Amino acid sequence: MGIEEKVPDGILTTTLDSVINWGRANSTWPLLFGLACCAMEMIATGTARHDIARYGSELFRASPRQADLMIVSGRVSNKMAPVIKRIYDQMLAPKWVIAMGICASAGGPFNNYAIIQGVDKIIPVDVYVPGCPPRPESLLYAMDMLRAKQGRETIGAGRKVEEPLAVEEIMPLGV
Amino acid sequence: MDWLQLLVFPAIRALILIFVLLTGFAYLTWYERKLLARFQVRYGPNRAGKFGLLQPAADAVKAFFKEEIIPNHVDKPVYLLAPALALVPALIIWAVIPIAKGTPAIADVGIGFLWILAVAGIESYGIILAGWSSNNNYSLLGALRSSAQMVSYELPLGLFLVSILILAGSFSLVELVEGFRPWWEWIWLWLAFPFFFICILAETNRSPFDLPETENELVAGFQTEYGGMKFALFFIAEYVNMISTSAIMATLFFGGWKGPFADQYIWLGPIYLLIKVVILLFLFIWVRASIGRPRYDQLMKFCWQFMLPLSLVYVSVSAVLAVFLK
Repeated sequence: MGIEEKVPDGILTTTLDSVINWGRANSTWPLLFGLACCAMEMIATGTARHDIARYGSELFRASPRQADLMIVSGRVSNKMAPVIKRIYDQMLAPKWVIAMGICASAGGPFNNYAIIQGVDKIIPVDVYVPGCPPRPESLLYAMDMLRAKQGRETIGAGRKVEEPLAVEEIMPLGV
Repeated sequence: MDWLQLLVFPAIRALILIFVLLTGFAYLTWYERKLLARFQVRYGPNRAGKFGLLQPAADAVKAFFKEEIIPNHVDKPVYLLAPALALVPALIIWAVIPIAKGTPAIADVGIGFLWILAVAGIESYGIILAGWSSNNNYSLLGALRSSAQMVSYELPLGLFLVSILILAGSFSLVELVEGFRPWWEWIWLWLAFPFFFICILAETNRSPFDLPETENELVAGFQTEYGGMKFALFFIAEYVNMISTSAIMATLFFGGWKGPFADQYIWLGPIYLLIKVVILLFLFIWVRASIGRPRYDQLMKFCWQFMLPLSLVYVSVSAVLAVFLK
């Protein structure tokens, strides 16, 4: 992504790294969308009992251009896959993905022709949350894991961007 | 040292004002998130710093280091100009607001009322151009809604301002605050305050009149195609607008910088103004936490069938009062 990879490592970039990572970890705005029953638990994460706002993540943005985190909450059907991929591509880097629930992680009970067996076939996933559906506590724990991962990132030379597969490589065209 | 008086001091004052307003914006977002959380029996941001006080810093750092993109399908010069056009009027409207005894924020232009009306008129351009240049259906619909809404609500807003102007008898905001007002004038003004506040809510696109950016119909409205720092500029514009309009309402209806001992100790003026602004901002957020969004036709109907006749009646009665009682 541009200049970031060409900057050499050093004291300046290390200090800057920690500041940037702190900012990103404390202000991860999720994308406002839900796919299936897991979305209900995602909504419950924002309510008074669980309160995702404590971590500064209650601002669910509807436009992918303004969101940092994609919570894939539910099964991804073949028909929905191009949409998910497109929304992911519209988000601005840096962006993260949580596969919420067993369906988004690995297909779950829906081992059939209509459901993509894990959303990691079309977009890179940072954290997988098991459960059917996972409780809000699980999602909050996943956000914790994501924060730990965000804290280890560097803007320096070590950064590598994964290139995910295109939708056409998973399923034949014309589906 | 004429140029010093004319250029350097106002420039320094403007820089200080912008610094104060942008800091105020940052902590207004914190104030709103905390208050909304308390209204909904939640805690709100509390992990970044003590009481979440560093939350605005985290948001700013994130927005600064987000990727900057310009989509291929946008009208590039206008797309880049729109966020700036949205932010600038919100800042310059402050120039005429008196902050202490005999002291406007930048300059006492003598036509403070006209300045407010003119700058409020420019405010809608940023939003309209953002929606138009984005070349996106949602953006365009949001921008059209916003322009119709702002033009409609500017009418009653302007008429209420004219009534205050008739009663005060002066275009200058500095003189308005310092001048004497009889008790019946205060009561007559406070009768208009709720309706003025409704117009201000519609002008600043705040909930419950945030129809230009309703996420259930228009994704994010006029700012759908904006991300990173350009989106942050729209965000700043909206919140600075809240602060500016609160300061205007405090000046027009609640005596601005006035308070006990503010005449003797001039430094008390800004503090009283700040307290009044914070209370009015609380009102903005209280309304947001309590009231649902109306449908768009209800919004327009309310303006044309209720607010406009009401403000016309208010102007007429104000004129009669000014002639017979002042």
